[in-house]
Amino acid sequence: MSQPSISKTMTTGESGLAVVFAVTAFLCVIAAAKAVDTPFAFHAALSAVASLAAVFCIVNRYFDRPTALPPAEINGRPNYNMGPIKFSSVMAMFWGIAGFLVGLIIASQLAWPALNFDLPWTSFGRLRPLHTSAVIFAFGGNVLIATSFYVVQKSCRVRLAGDLAPWFVVVGYNFFILVAGTGYLLGVTQSKEYAEPEWYADLWLTIVWVTYLLVFLATIIKRKEPHIFVANWFYLAFIVTIAVLHLGNNPALPVSAFGSKSYVAWGGIQDAMFQWWYGHNAVGFFLTAGFLAIMYYFIPKRAERPIYSYRLSIIHFWALIFLYIWAGPHHLHYTALPDWTQTLGMTFSIMLWMPSWGGMINGLMTLSGAWDKLRTDPVLRMLVVSVAFYGMSTFEGPMMSIKVVNSLSHYTDWTIGHVHSGALGWVGFVSFGALYCLVPWAWNRKELYSLKLVNWHFWIATLGIVLYISAMWVSGILQGLMWRAYTSLGFLEYSFIESVEAMHPFYIIRAAGGGLFLIGALIMAYNLWMTVRVGEQEVQMPVALQPAE
Amino acid sequence: MKAILTLDNLASGLVTTIWTPVFVAIFLAIIAYAFWPRNKAAFDEAAHLPLREE
Repeated sequence: MSQPSISKTMTTGESGLAVVFAVTAFLCVIAAAKAVDTPFAFHAALSAVASLAAVFCIVNRYFDRPTALPPAEINGRPNYNMGPIKFSSVMAMFWGIAGFLVGLIIASQLAWPALNFDLPWTSFGRLRPLHTSAVIFAFGGNVLIATSFYVVQKSCRVRLAGDLAPWFVVVGYNFFILVAGTGYLLGVTQSKEYAEPEWYADLWLTIVWVTYLLVFLATIIKRKEPHIFVANWFYLAFIVTIAVLHLGNNPALPVSAFGSKSYVAWGGIQDAMFQWWYGHNAVGFFLTAGFLAIMYYFIPKRAERPIYSYRLSIIHFWALIFLYIWAGPHHLHYTALPDWTQTLGMTFSIMLWMPSWGGMINGLMTLSGAWDKLRTDPVLRMLVVSVAFYGMSTFEGPMMSIKVVNSLSHYTDWTIGHVHSGALGWVGFVSFGALYCLVPWAWNRKELYSLKLVNWHFWIATLGIVLYISAMWVSGILQGLMWRAYTSLGFLEYSFIESVEAMHPFYIIRAAGGGLFLIGALIMAYNLWMTVRVGEQEVQMPVALQPAE
Repeated sequence: MKAILTLDNLASGLVTTIWTPVFVAIFLAIIAYAFWPRNKAAFDEAAHLPLREE
């Protein structure tokens, strides 16, 4: 008879999740057989295969693991869970390169339309959401999940909550990306910008995201550190708000339970208002709050300096939360949206300048007493330049939300330039900086493989950003001025195609900038790969020799 | 004749307007909390939190 204490049994989570995935696989096969369109059949089959793979992984992991689950503490120290963090970091690098590459392709298509190849799958209309989703949700999302799981453990001094749940979050999220991305290529879209995935992908993301929230909350609840560090507040705001935005913007009625097409619940200007409430807060809470959490943890850590003003960080947080949610209508200036709503959106966008710059100042001033490190540490330089770009694009944004400025800038490349100074400069650089820190920490390496390569990455990518945004400024303002130019007789001076022709040189410069940014990311991937492969192990005190605390 | 001041209008007007002073009050309370002299030491310590971990 075996003793109950050493007999190995599946946890409720393991057996339960295995059964759920087995049933899901069965249901997906039925859905694939009954599908009314090919993309839906493909996605149902893909889900069936993924569900079976999940069952296999859960059972296999059970047979491989020791009887007891990993302990929460070893010798009184938290036994941090690094597995899901490593997975998300690798996926972030992979999707980053894929997303930058697709961006370069569509930038080149705009300069040389022949690169559309006259195929539906490679047309600009399908590749553009592939690019935006890959860089924002796949690259950015994986960076946020990886860093949030790291920061919440370290700043709460406790192991990540859940056994399979964190793995469900990271793998499930990347499966969502796969379904969304292949859907775009096959023409599956609900035509809402940054919310293109159809109803079944949305439902899946909801399950994954709620699990993410629960893992994060449960970790905070069992924390050993009494104070909840400000970065965790920002992460929590990001997770909660994205859940609310996702549910608010995506209610839709599928045409068939076995088809990919659905119709959104509301139409017309209500739909537009909901869409840009979603769209702008995706910028505010996904691309801002989440990455500000990175700033508040990684910059003090890398600079070895405390946060400049913790009081400011509290006010920064709440001011951002109170103001951002109202700024969406500035995307709908001079449309059918009521005039007062447009003015409201503009007013709140301008007010947002204050918390944004408060945060930027807090990030930059954290370097006081450590400015010299910018000369020697290219990783810190990347983090700090990202905050400078944050300041620049959060000045530009409120300015562009002013209605008179918007009448010139709207629908032009200026918007694209603005987005990319935020996306490449702020989100991209802060993510690169965080990954350069996180990979050696998570893989227990003493340092990066090469700081020289980080330096090359920094300068090549910076040059790329400068080419990109200056080309878009010139082309955007040129476009806006050409569209509103009248002759002395009151006719429009230029036809639309003439403005398109005038853009050509700037589109080439923009593509060159994007190409440089991609080269930088490839250098980074090599550097991180070598850090993991050949990096020197961090010397750790043998467990037995650790002093008692 | 349009009845402007019905009980319904008054109630819905109040419910939709009340949030402005409520949010302003909450925000002012947060600022007071952040600058309360007694909280200074705790915040200074929290600013060091990333540097203190094992």
